[in-house]
Amino acid sequence: MNNFLFEIKEGLIISLNAIWANKIRSVLTTLGIVIGVASVVLMSTAIKGINKSFQDGASNIMGTDNIFIDKWSWFGEIPWWELRNRRNIQYKDFQKFKQMAKLPIAIAPSSFRNMNVARGQYKVDGIFLGGTNQDYIKTTNLKFAQGRFFTEIESNAGRKVAVVGGEIAEKLFPQGNVIGEVVKIKGKKYKVVGTIEKQGSFLLGNFNPDNQIFIPMEAMFKDFKSRRRGGGITIVVRAASSQQVDAVKSEAIGIMRRIRSLRYDDDDDFSINQQGSLLDMINKQVGVIQIAGLFVTGLSLFVGAIGIMNIMFVSVKERTREIGIRKAIGAKRRTILGQFITESAIICLFGGMIGLFIAILGGMWIKQMDFPVSIEADAVILAIGISLITGILSGIAPAYTAAKMDPVDALRYE
Amino acid sequence: MNIITIKNIAKIYQVGLEEVHALRDVTLNIDKNEYVALMGPSGSGKSTLMNILGCLDTPTKGLYTFSGNNVSEMDDDELAAIRNREIGFVFQTYNLLTRSDALHNVELPLIYAGVSKDERRERAIEALSQVGLADRMDHKPNELSGGQRQRVAVARALVTEPSIILADEPTGNLDSKTGADIMALFEELYSKGNTIILVTHEEEIAEHAKRIIRLRDGLVEKDEIRNVARQKPIES
Repeated sequence: MNNFLFEIKEGLIISLNAIWANKIRSVLTTLGIVIGVASVVLMSTAIKGINKSFQDGASNIMGTDNIFIDKWSWFGEIPWWELRNRRNIQYKDFQKFKQMAKLPIAIAPSSFRNMNVARGQYKVDGIFLGGTNQDYIKTTNLKFAQGRFFTEIESNAGRKVAVVGGEIAEKLFPQGNVIGEVVKIKGKKYKVVGTIEKQGSFLLGNFNPDNQIFIPMEAMFKDFKSRRRGGGITIVVRAASSQQVDAVKSEAIGIMRRIRSLRYDDDDDFSINQQGSLLDMINKQVGVIQIAGLFVTGLSLFVGAIGIMNIMFVSVKERTREIGIRKAIGAKRRTILGQFITESAIICLFGGMIGLFIAILGGMWIKQMDFPVSIEADAVILAIGISLITGILSGIAPAYTAAKMDPVDALRYE
Repeated sequence: MNIITIKNIAKIYQVGLEEVHALRDVTLNIDKNEYVALMGPSGSGKSTLMNILGCLDTPTKGLYTFSGNNVSEMDDDELAAIRNREIGFVFQTYNLLTRSDALHNVELPLIYAGVSKDERRERAIEALSQVGLADRMDHKPNELSGGQRQRVAVARALVTEPSIILADEPTGNLDSKTGADIMALFEELYSKGNTIILVTHEEEIAEHAKRIIRLRDGLVEKDEIRNVARQKPIES
């Protein structure tokens, strides 16, 4: 054992000398591993970041305890062409539902339309305008940066008041103060009563409240959408706790079937959408990203490993005479084997460290662009582990060639 | 006491479809503290015999016993251990590690023998002093003259205190003056009790030895003990 450690130590010194003697070549060779490790580390942390922001975003916006009653099944459990002929859910369905439901702690209608909003020279296109009532805010975990949500009175009266998402507020009011200001939504004037704290999480698309403006449902009907023919609404229902969600859900199904006057053998002509199904979808997508990403980065690492293997073969060939000398004066097979594997592992480890460093820099840079990444201890372990394993694996074949060289031939090699 | 006993050894190489009999049937004994020269023209099999004596290669047929160990049946690693402990090589082309300094080159066999750092440093310095290079220890081979390089190689051969020193044309790359210095060094080592086997094709060099074995066509042609009195004085 002692002797083995001793050999490792000697192998290390020999390897460092050899690497130092071939600086440029070592650096170039390492480049493949640098890129490989950097991309593996970045990719895996990015995937972790994306996943986390998806999960956080999903629970922030949809709420763990919410169900959404809608004509459409949001996450593709049922093909759209089967849903097309369902009746829309009307505002009056919501009103009936609200009277009948006992379990939920909050029930709100919601209807979103694509709009643009302007204030003076500032203009934001492609925002989501949501019509709802005062209870909507209770179905979310959103916090206010300034002001408040609209009240029941404002809601029922269909007052022209708006609650603005964080990002829109930043764009329209670069100077900061928002409350009491007037914005024009598709030309109609609305008074801002509150702004929602910026979420900042990315990739939530339509769900991200940063890009939404809320106005009373009645105002929506007046300005942007016909009450009867303007398409359906979604009923947002919040359970008291996550344990309550299933009960709320079955109650909701019962109520909706009664409102819709469905017979016992009719299928539901509405869908209950939940965060759970969103999470399923997210997990599926993240899974695909993960596999694709790791495949691509794995490939670059593999190319790097081939580079190392190649250069190790060259190195063995070049140092044939040295190997011959070492064997002649008593180096055993495993000593030579260890020497070259150590050399390859060190080159890779060195590359892995640089790769990790680049990944950390890259991570900081990407983070500035609001992309959720954080390099943690496990990334360091990943980088070290991957580069060591790559080094050892790609060193085995060349080292073996070196170890089994015939000393007579090797000494004669010019 | 016999250090080396070889009995009816043969070495056959397969070159393409042809079999080359480098050694046909050689039987030899070499005792402790002998000074033997192995001579022969090229193609005589002397290099092959040297490789076998040096445990770098094993015979195709026959028996080779080194200090009582049957070398002809050893595997690579056992041979490496024998080379490391029992044999000191001196090559025509020095065969030093070009990137390492003299001290490290001399230490190398001790590294493979598993000698601790302090001890091997001490022994390497001692060996270098013995060949008169104590002041050149931190020089790399390309900073040394040919004669100095060969001295480093001799120090490397000595440092493990081997049973034999095997020198393959040790003066082949040196001018005659430095060659003579190296031969004087061997003479001195011999007088201190070392066993030396010298492979050469130069009569003049072989005459330093006390016994000359001549090979021709893979066989021992002549094996003579020289009259010590007839030995030429070493040129200075």
